[in-house]
Amino acid sequence: MTDQSWLNEFPDMSRRELLGIRKTLDGAYRDFSRAYGDQIEAFFDPLLSFLVWFENLLLNTPWWLVLGVLAGLVYFMSRSWKLSAGVTISLLAIGYFGMWDNTMRTLSIITVCTFLAIVIGIPVGIMMARSNRAQSIITPFLDIMQTMPAFVYLIPVVMLLGIGKIPGVIAVVIYAIPPVIRLTNLGIRLVPHETLEAATAFGATPTQRLFGVQLPLAMPTIMAGINQTIMMALAMVVIASMIGVKGLGQPVLKSITNQYFTLGLLNGLAIVALAIMFDRVSQSYAKRTQKHLGDVKNGQ
Amino acid sequence: MDNNVRPIIEIKSLTQIFGSNPIKVLARVNDGMSKSDVLAKTGHTVGLRDINLSVNRGEIFVIMGLSGSGKSTLIRHFNRLIDPTAGKIKVEGEDILTLSPKELVAFRRHKMSMVFQHFGLLPHRSVLDNVGYGLSVQGKKPNIWKNKAKEWLEVVGLEGYEDQYPSQLSGGQQQRVGLARALCTDADILLMDEAFSALDPLIRYEMQTQLIALQGKLQKTIIFITHDLDEALRLGDRIAVLKDGEMIQVGTPEDIILNPADDYVRDFAKDVNRAKALKVKHIMDRSKNKIIDCDSVEGLNDAFKKHDALVWIKNNQLQGVVSKNRLAAYQAGRIDSPLLHQTSVKEKDYLQTVLPTALLTDHHLLPVLDSDNQVIGCLSNDAIAEVLSPSFDAA
Repeated sequence: MTDQSWLNEFPDMSRRELLGIRKTLDGAYRDFSRAYGDQIEAFFDPLLSFLVWFENLLLNTPWWLVLGVLAGLVYFMSRSWKLSAGVTISLLAIGYFGMWDNTMRTLSIITVCTFLAIVIGIPVGIMMARSNRAQSIITPFLDIMQTMPAFVYLIPVVMLLGIGKIPGVIAVVIYAIPPVIRLTNLGIRLVPHETLEAATAFGATPTQRLFGVQLPLAMPTIMAGINQTIMMALAMVVIASMIGVKGLGQPVLKSITNQYFTLGLLNGLAIVALAIMFDRVSQSYAKRTQKHLGDVKNGQ
Repeated sequence: MDNNVRPIIEIKSLTQIFGSNPIKVLARVNDGMSKSDVLAKTGHTVGLRDINLSVNRGEIFVIMGLSGSGKSTLIRHFNRLIDPTAGKIKVEGEDILTLSPKELVAFRRHKMSMVFQHFGLLPHRSVLDNVGYGLSVQGKKPNIWKNKAKEWLEVVGLEGYEDQYPSQLSGGQQQRVGLARALCTDADILLMDEAFSALDPLIRYEMQTQLIALQGKLQKTIIFITHDLDEALRLGDRIAVLKDGEMIQVGTPEDIILNPADDYVRDFAKDVNRAKALKVKHIMDRSKNKIIDCDSVEGLNDAFKKHDALVWIKNNQLQGVVSKNRLAAYQAGRIDSPLLHQTSVKEKDYLQTVLPTALLTDHHLLPVLDSDNQVIGCLSNDAIAEVLSPSFDAA
């Protein structure tokens, strides 16, 4: 009889019930996005106009000026002629192979995403470091954000905001923000207890402790987090191109569907070049600002 | 101690219990349940139990105990890095447990400063910025606190190191920075939590010497934590011995050595170098029966009925030590002087410094002088031998 069927087959819920759940949830979300979609879109409007403005700035400025400014910026951050020259050569090669415009688009979106991730991520990390309760609530969300396939959370974002830059930015930020949050939290928690006690004993207020002791001492760890965030943001470029984010990801997507190996390889290498630039520059900037650590390494 | 001197810090029945619900356990602890029973039955750790102490202005008060005795926990109550479960802490008559967060910050900025075992320096700030940290969090202008920090760096002997980072300094130098940082705020009270324990013995000794010299000038009130009895005896005006969170004995260094309160303190005191810890005044014979005050040599004759050697004073001036045989030889005209020797020791000398003198002196009798060079007693080798012998039992 049907009584014993649970021994052989998993006693799952009937298809009709499952369909019901799906219909209810999807319907509710659709209603929600119809009702509030416009407001939410309006909320993101300033961000969108900034993105468009920044992208146009990079695209409309003559290439040699952009190149000069970037090389100068790299030198300012790292104080290294070698690194500056390396960046210039990579960008020249990228331009020579006809990927200049796409690289600028990717550069603009990555810059904005990283900036957003830092601005949101560091305060959240600080909050987690200050309260164990906040940490135990936020950690599972970070786990979900890092492991949930990007496509899954792209669905509701696209349903709500359509395809385009903003959903792309949201997807990239969700994917890339966990490292900076986690490492801010970790960095602050790793500040030696006695150092913090010393600050307290000399009458530092909680704010003075945060900005004068905890954040500076956590900075190497936070910088590692920012570095990871940049790398993950770059890794998301191809996926973001599926929802209409222009840049180096789109030619890669085109190459996959049409089996253009060389096109894919070139654009892939351009992404790698961008990643290496971001990585080296942010690392050497971090190292330069942490000069008190330099001698420890030499001394040991 | 003079009863009129108001203690600068008073701690009354302070108890600290660590655990999820300390208040609930407090009653049992007060009833005298042992530390291990409390842990077994409630899962709470008794950190400190019923601590009472008072610290006088201008003294070095040493709190001594082994690791786990609660000494570092105790010192953190003085500036409320830890709040007690029960008890009262008064500083200059003010109950610091009632301070609001704002008042507490002001209290820490101006009343007390602290030196830490592992220095607690800020690795991202230069040596100068570390020393000036206390003043900079007070919101003082950089040119003011930098100047002040420079002065204190000079005092601890680190001029020229201003722009170094702590990681570039040796342990001893880092702790000098820690000390300069603590002194830079001009707070009256200095808390030193095992400040020299992480340093090697030679540097530790040097730092102790420097602290004693500084204290001679500054007259701060210093609470000093240590696990090293030699250090405690060298620095402390008074010493409190802590064991398992309970105060066992409070007393002067010689009290701790000569009258230990229980076997625990006695064991501690056993291995101590007493010659380094005790002064002449602690073991000298204050009775005047070996001292004779007379104007002429002839007057000495009567006194030698009981003793073989005597200390001779004339007009409040020490003449020297006279022996029976020498006096007889002098009076028979065989020698020029009846004096055996004219050596003396000061009451404030450590036994260690008088030991060679004592060993080289005939008849083993040494006059003891006070700071005005007046004879106040005498020291016999028997007394030194007794107090230094390993079988010496203080009780």
